[in-house]
Amino acid sequence: MIGNDIIFALSVRSVRLHFLRSVLAALGIVIGVVAIASIGMMGANMTLSVTEELSDMANKLTVTPYTGGGGGMMGGPGGGGGSSDDDDAITEKEFKTIQRIVAKYGTAYTIMSESDQIEVGSEEGRATIYGLDAEIMREILTVETGEYPKSTTSVVVGPTLAERLDLKIGSKIDIGDPDEGSTTTVRVVGILEERGMSMDLSTDMAIIGTQKLFVGIYGGEGEYDQVNIVVNDLNDIDAVTEAIEDELNRKEDTVTIQDSSRMTESITSTVSTMTTFVMAIAGISLLVAAVSIFNVMMMSVNERIREIGILRSIGTQRTEILRMFIYEAGILGIVGAVIGAVASIVIGYIVVLGMVGTTEYFFAPGSIGYVPIAMAIGAAICIVTGVYPAWRASNLDPIEALRAE
Amino acid sequence: MSSPVIELDDVKKIYPLPSGDVTALRGISLRIDEGEFVAIMGPSGSGKSTLLNQIGCLDRPTSGDLFLAGKNTREMDDRELTSLRLTSIGYIFQKFNLIPLLSAYENVEYPYIMKHRKNDDTGRVRDLLAMVGIDENLSAHKPNELSGGQQQRIAIARALVNDPAILLCDEPTGNLDSQTSLQIMEILGDLHHRGRTIVMVTHNPETAEYADRTITIRDGMVA
Ligand SMILES: Nc1ncnc2c1ncn2[C@@H]1O[C@H](COP(=O)(O)OP(=O)(O)O)[C@@H](O)[C@H]1O
Ligand SMILES: [Mg+2]
Repeated sequence: MIGNDIIFALSVRSVRLHFLRSVLAALGIVIGVVAIASIGMMGANMTLSVTEELSDMANKLTVTPYTGGGGGMMGGPGGGGGSSDDDDAITEKEFKTIQRIVAKYGTAYTIMSESDQIEVGSEEGRATIYGLDAEIMREILTVETGEYPKSTTSVVVGPTLAERLDLKIGSKIDIGDPDEGSTTTVRVVGILEERGMSMDLSTDMAIIGTQKLFVGIYGGEGEYDQVNIVVNDLNDIDAVTEAIEDELNRKEDTVTIQDSSRMTESITSTVSTMTTFVMAIAGISLLVAAVSIFNVMMMSVNERIREIGILRSIGTQRTEILRMFIYEAGILGIVGAVIGAVASIVIGYIVVLGMVGTTEYFFAPGSIGYVPIAMAIGAAICIVTGVYPAWRASNLDPIEALRAE
Repeated sequence: MSSPVIELDDVKKIYPLPSGDVTALRGISLRIDEGEFVAIMGPSGSGKSTLLNQIGCLDRPTSGDLFLAGKNTREMDDRELTSLRLTSIGYIFQKFNLIPLLSAYENVEYPYIMKHRKNDDTGRVRDLLAMVGIDENLSAHKPNELSGGQQQRIAIARALVNDPAILLCDEPTGNLDSQTSLQIMEILGDLHHRGRTIVMVTHNPETAEYADRTITIRDGMVA
């Protein structure tokens, strides 16, 4: 006994009869679905975790000297580009203005920074040297071992730098290039807690001393590379930004103000552009799958020309022949898409864990949603690909088809 | 006087081929009445199958008219002709032409399902199979597991399942040994006695003896 939809039953039997061939064709769809879904999920998880990380900084603003153009968004004080004695600096007067504006919303502090050559024992390297107010240092940095620097000869170092150069409490560092003049020797009094990449201050690979120490080495008293602002109430971010723009950038742009939302936007759009691009490449695998489905469908039609002739001769309509082959392509597509969906949850999970480092957002709709999307694309491609072979089958002349073999 | 079930009026069939047109039928006019058993004879290549294919609506005449039960088939589109093949014409081929993916039972049930949009719950399929001598055990088998004679019996059962007005047979015993041929002809003769209209192509005079009229075709014309 077969079901009432005998046409569907015939499609199923044809797929079963050529099991291996069907499996191989469906495998193409599986691979395509997995590729699209896991890449999509990876991008989504990257965006979600970056967004989450940056939201910790939502109440922070950075003010840097205007350099024309966009101003490097990831620049920060660690960039190592501008030296403190060039024209691109925030003056003491400008800082006072910022401080006055910020006063009722939160706090502002200055950062001096320079990238320079250093030497520890016989080992040479490069690091960012920050000059921070001694008071501020206590507020924004956490020392893991040791203490905060008080004198003009003591510094704290970031954990990555400490590990790389094997720095301990009491280690000595020579700052400056001996070929270009004198070097300054400082003593490590503390090692900082890991802080990660950040827009306002990246200390993991840096040496941090007082501003007095910094000016002693590089000069540039009252000239700052960056001003950081911490706002107490998130909603005041726009007001503070506007007020500073109003005062300092009225006649001409002198400073660039950045908040983390712009950075989030920028990273999100970078990630999504990248993801879309890689997904398009993954789409090529679906194209390959489509070709193999097309091939299998054409084979199926060509092998069954005589059978099609028989079916037509005993009263099967063209539309029913069409349906039979569309079903066949549909079965391959849907089976491939379902297996692909299961596989992409497993593989996607592994990829996200490996590439993003956390699967916290894996089951968020924005991430797991790529599975049904990829499934739909895979199944749809199959069915669309099956249309031409099916159309050909349905348009065979019954007499011609019966003569085949 | 019985009414004509099949009527051909100057039917011509030309196959256009790259190497030149082949004229298979050169103007055939004939009428076959209800309940008749007509044998069509003639040498190989004379146009017998072509003629039967026109009557069976598998093909369209190049010119001329074909009336089935009084209706001119020229005015029917592919959908109507297909549904005529399903409900009013039973076709038996020399090569049996069963559907390889379906069991014997399912082959017979197929036209029933296509017509009624449901499985046969009337026992008709089973009865027809019993009538042609296929038992339940055999009816579960696929065509390639059965002998030629068994396949042709199943084909006859399939042709009859929708109780067609006309049964068309194109050399139904052409692929069978004489013993089996005899059994198949007994079945067809029996159907004729119960009133079925049968048109059978054959080039075997012994087979033609079962018919009550013989039309001879030569070179695409009634001789
Ligand atoms: N589909 C076709 N295309 C081209 N020529 C055909 C086709 N069918 C039959 N013919 C030609 O028409 C003629 C009659 O063929 P057919 O009706 O099969 O003869 P018969 O059944 O009497 O042996 C032959 O010359 C044959 O080659
Ligand atoms: Mg013939």
